[in-house]
Amino acid sequence: MNDSTLRIVWIYPDLLSTYGDRGNMLILAHRAAARGIPVETYEVRSDMQMPTTADIYLIGGGEDGPQALAAQRLITDGGLNRAVAQGASVLAICAGYQLFGHSFFAKGTKCAGLGLLDITSDRGETRAVGELRGDIDPRLGLPPLTGFENHGGRTHLGAHAAPLARVTGGIGNDGQTEGAWYGKIIGTYSHGPALSRNPALADLLLRWSTGADRLAPLDDTWAERLRGERLTAGLPA
Amino acid sequence: MIRAFRQLDVTLGSGTLAGVTDGKMPLRAIVATTASKTAAALSRAAGRGDGSVIGGWIGLKIDPDLLAHLASGRAVALVSGTNGKTTTTRLTAAAVGVLGRVATNGYGANMPTGHTSALAKEGHTPFAVLEVDEHYLAQVIDATRPKVVALLNLSRDQLDRAKEVAMMAQLWKTALAGHPDIRVVANADDPLVVWAASASPQTTWFSAGQRWQDDSSVCPESGHPIERANGDWWCVGCPLRRPAPQWVVEEDGVIDPRGDWHLVKLQLPGKVNLGNAATALAVAGEFGVRPIEALPRLSRVASIAGRYAQVDRDGRNIRLLLAKNPASWLEAFDMADRAPTLLSINARDPDGLDTSWLWDVDFAPLRDRPVLITGDRAYDLAVRLQVNQVPFQHVHTFDEALAQVPPGRLEVIANYTAFQDIRAVLDRVN
Repeated sequence: MNDSTLRIVWIYPDLLSTYGDRGNMLILAHRAAARGIPVETYEVRSDMQMPTTADIYLIGGGEDGPQALAAQRLITDGGLNRAVAQGASVLAICAGYQLFGHSFFAKGTKCAGLGLLDITSDRGETRAVGELRGDIDPRLGLPPLTGFENHGGRTHLGAHAAPLARVTGGIGNDGQTEGAWYGKIIGTYSHGPALSRNPALADLLLRWSTGADRLAPLDDTWAERLRGERLTAGLPA
Repeated sequence: MIRAFRQLDVTLGSGTLAGVTDGKMPLRAIVATTASKTAAALSRAAGRGDGSVIGGWIGLKIDPDLLAHLASGRAVALVSGTNGKTTTTRLTAAAVGVLGRVATNGYGANMPTGHTSALAKEGHTPFAVLEVDEHYLAQVIDATRPKVVALLNLSRDQLDRAKEVAMMAQLWKTALAGHPDIRVVANADDPLVVWAASASPQTTWFSAGQRWQDDSSVCPESGHPIERANGDWWCVGCPLRRPAPQWVVEEDGVIDPRGDWHLVKLQLPGKVNLGNAATALAVAGEFGVRPIEALPRLSRVASIAGRYAQVDRDGRNIRLLLAKNPASWLEAFDMADRAPTLLSINARDPDGLDTSWLWDVDFAPLRDRPVLITGDRAYDLAVRLQVNQVPFQHVHTFDEALAQVPPGRLEVIANYTAFQDIRAVLDRVN
């Protein structure tokens, strides 16, 4: 490994990997390699110490029990908070998104989160399952978000977190906003391989972590076709 | 309701109206049985299905205990698990058939309505072998009082609605704990299955391998990691570990509990089906069937509701493989020949609406063959294959796929409704 190598950590795949979450790691590695950026990926299990010097940290979705356990271990370990303080980029999905906030509910109990995003989460009355769409915060300069959501939580943003997107379809945080971002942390309810439908979001993480203003374009014909299909799926013709 | 679709979409079965009712059944059960069979016949005559669900539904409306009444007096085996249920049920029914007539739900209608229809249709038989949806195992155990329950495997399936995998294992464990008289035949290679079966005092273990291990990396008992080496596994934090199996797949055969090795000749492809055959032999063994008696019957099973079916069309030999979840995709790659391969993906209700699982499958084994993709959600698959560095070509129809490949074998791997769509194009091949 040398200093130009992009290091990607997938946090606790043994606990938080219910829904194809591996995809985000594979997509980032693929898009980095396609630009000639040397890349290394690390799957850090919950019984391992969290490295503090990686460039991108990914955390996925999961059930209540593993979510609570993951939060507990990350708080005890402290490494992820140090990495973020040192400027690492983060993509946090679903249960992983919730535990980046101040608190969340798992198995009916309020649990402490990492406090890295100014958000709190509780339970909604209904489960949000289906296509999720939204217009991303213009400051991020990204095309609309598309994803599939499957969660029972509702998330409330504080003053120091901005919504990732304004919902145009689905529920997200509360039917109005979806996800949150602050610094180089992005949280979203677009679960599992969220980057498969949002290659521009993948490239944003790569730009943040490499410092590059722009990246060479890739052939995203198939991803664009997928986006076109999903952004209109179920809408009146 | 969503799962009921899956039951309705089954192949044409050949039912007979001339059933026999058990003379010991209460009048209400006899009326219910007759109504059930009439409805099934009407359903078939109307071309609305094979009657494997509607008949049972009506029968259970008239007599809620109908399944228990119909099961009474039969020696019953239940087969459950995430993958391999339909195939293993067919092989087990064939093996138990050595001893006499067997009633079975051979077309995948695997909830109580389907069981009721299957038993009503066959009239009185000394034996029944029933495939059971894993969510319904406790209920069907209570109703049918089985002699044997076979537990195959547990892994993620239909993610947008299915229960957490570990929760399913807990449901099984509780169900078995209440029935210590049942003989359990269980897969020693799946930690979740072993944990569930540990509730039973009478277990016969088989080793059929476990290709998909991502759902059992954490011990269901203690939450500690599970370590694996050379086919063995153990929890690092508690006594749960792989039990010594009595039935073991070895090379192209099976070792029985006496230590005798038997060559297993199957028309069904792959190591997975060798494992399914070992399971069938183990279940039949609990009824007193010897492998040497059962094996010729297993070798006659050629396809199951279209699965593994081969169709010759336009000089192409098309083989159909069903793959519904990450574990069964890995198994399909193991079975498939190195030949042009068509992958088809849908995400309709019976499939689950979420395609995220595509990222849990490593498609790299397909890099050495021409790959075509189709289906409602072909674009999801396209993006997955691109990142996986598997070259592919997108086609809009099955006929277009046929035209793109040279004469010879075409492997087709598809998930549930995509599989049914292609079967429909091939005249509902069985």
